[in-house]
Amino acid sequence: MGERPDTNEKLPDGMQPFALVGYFDTPKDLYETCEELRDAGFKMDAHTPFPIHGLEKAMGVGASKLPWIVLACAILGGIGAFTLQWWVHSVEYPQNISGKPFFAYEAYIPVTFELTVLASAFGTFLGLWGLCRLPQYFHPVMQHPSFHRATDDKFFVAVEANDSGTFDVDRARAILTKRGAHEVVEVSP
Amino acid sequence: MASEKIDNTYEDPTHRAPLVLGEDGSFQAVSDRISSVVEVPIKKTAKPWVLLLLMALSGLALLGGALTDLIVTGNILPGNPSGPAGGAGTGRWGLNHPVGWAWDITGFVFWIGIGHAGTLISAILFLFRQKWRTSINRAAEAMTLFAVVSALLYPTVHVGRVWFLYWVFPIPNQMGAWPNFRSPLAWDFFAVSTYGTVSLLFWFVGLVPDLATIRDRATNKIRAVIYGIFALGWRGSARHWVHYERAYLILAGLSTPLVLSVHTIVSFDFATSVIPGWHTTIFPPYFVAGAVFSGFAMVQTLMLIARKAYGWENLITLRHVENMNKIMMATGTMVGYAYGMEFFIAWYSGNEYEGFAFINRAFGPYSWAYWTMVSCNVFFPQLFWFKGVRTSLGASFVLSIIVNIGMWFERFVIIVTSLHRDFLPSSWGYFRPTVTDIATFIGTFGLFFTLFLLFIRVLPAIAISEVKGILPQADPHHHDDHAHGKEAAHG
Repeated sequence: MGERPDTNEKLPDGMQPFALVGYFDTPKDLYETCEELRDAGFKMDAHTPFPIHGLEKAMGVGASKLPWIVLACAILGGIGAFTLQWWVHSVEYPQNISGKPFFAYEAYIPVTFELTVLASAFGTFLGLWGLCRLPQYFHPVMQHPSFHRATDDKFFVAVEANDSGTFDVDRARAILTKRGAHEVVEVSP
Repeated sequence: MASEKIDNTYEDPTHRAPLVLGEDGSFQAVSDRISSVVEVPIKKTAKPWVLLLLMALSGLALLGGALTDLIVTGNILPGNPSGPAGGAGTGRWGLNHPVGWAWDITGFVFWIGIGHAGTLISAILFLFRQKWRTSINRAAEAMTLFAVVSALLYPTVHVGRVWFLYWVFPIPNQMGAWPNFRSPLAWDFFAVSTYGTVSLLFWFVGLVPDLATIRDRATNKIRAVIYGIFALGWRGSARHWVHYERAYLILAGLSTPLVLSVHTIVSFDFATSVIPGWHTTIFPPYFVAGAVFSGFAMVQTLMLIARKAYGWENLITLRHVENMNKIMMATGTMVGYAYGMEFFIAWYSGNEYEGFAFINRAFGPYSWAYWTMVSCNVFFPQLFWFKGVRTSLGASFVLSIIVNIGMWFERFVIIVTSLHRDFLPSSWGYFRPTVTDIATFIGTFGLFFTLFLLFIRVLPAIAISEVKGILPQADPHHHDDHAHGKEAAHG
């Protein structure tokens, strides 16, 4: 959105950038740039208006751990629901209603199923935002002057600095420029 | 419009038809076309929309009046005055022996059924990689939510003393009493409330990237802040998309058995009883097929209006209309099969009560309702065998409304004709709706359309990021040279 004074093509001397950010017009250019950056050993993130098929592989990012979170929630939800029904009708308040058995496990299946799904859905929902660290008010890449187009029609790449000192900003800039990235700027942390 | 020039309803095996007909085909054009509806300043809101909202709000007011009257006379006024309107409390709905369930449960099943198409489009068609769904899934999911809200109103009021509704939750209370988990009505509560909740989560997850698009396009502070809050700071990070796509797949995977379970459990409300005409094993699949049938009809009605009103002919193409008609024809035929099979089993079982219930349905006092149902649900949808009918907007619109009328009658026929002639001929009766019945039913349409109109005004009614994702140039291996790129690009 608004331009920030600390965003510049090159940050003042002595300031360590968070990332070098530029953007492309097509998913194809972004994809190929990510592959080259990955092969050159850079750590990066991309910002795109829609998910690009296979981009995570081009970036060298692994699969999501979300299914494990959901599985745990599903198991807890299922066991919890069945236990609740058993406890209510067999332990807490056994009540003869229409002569149905107290432990009518067949009749517990629908509610067990529904609560398993409910717990899994909450696990998916909360797990998703937890893994993404969202909601988040600010992120350094948002300082890029054209970043508002990352949710519209431009395909951003952010080559991220790291602590090990292997981040060569000039080499990254050379790759982005060669690939035809627009507005390649360093953003402060 | 371009859609008139390019007919994408024909399958040419050498050249797949485009899913959406992009204006100049750019990503930004998609953002513009969909977001512009939301971004219109309040003062420039389209007049027809305002008029429709006023109509919907008057329906809502009618609902409020009818239900306030029902609740107040039934529970708050001393002496429970019984009047000519049918009595007090839920008696205001004309419920009495032998028909203790009538328009209320009919309305409940009608609305829940309509909701099912939204989940079918968003989840099942997603799992089957039916990419054409992307233009209609957002609105269909919204329709699901609002239909569930309308549906839940009926059991909420039907419990009588609505302030004790929390008794359906398994929470400890001063009486030490718990819900009876062995009862299908308790299953129904869990099924419908889970369904509503999961649909809401699914819908919201789908909305987040689009809310971020509107936030980032916002030209005024207020819009940026409001949409910004709900966009959760989404920035389209590829690392996030990895989790997001996985979450979307899981939610689709969860919703698929869920949606099948919901109408199955709704049918258990009837099928597990011992009333002839209800106690049948065909009910679960029969109800699910009917639900999808009626839901697609409602999506069709709403989308035909929306595409016309907002000029979305390129996004909701004739192919979408035709595909929905095909699904209606298929599910309508399944429903017709169920009608026939019910009769066959009533005869084949040799059970004279079952036999009577069905003869009474087709030739008894409610035969007018039965034949309305059969004509609307079985005969009229057969017109969709003709391509000319399937691809005619006018015919699709009229038939979608006919189907919804038919599906309302289906629930009415199942519920009322099975009850009105009891085992004892001395207690036979004939149900007639009261003013409150009619006002409640019209009122739920008011509620539904109020919510839907507000939705279409303030939220992107077509999934922006998903539509961009199915454009040919969204494929990272897309080549600009047309002869080579086509087959890879269209899914």
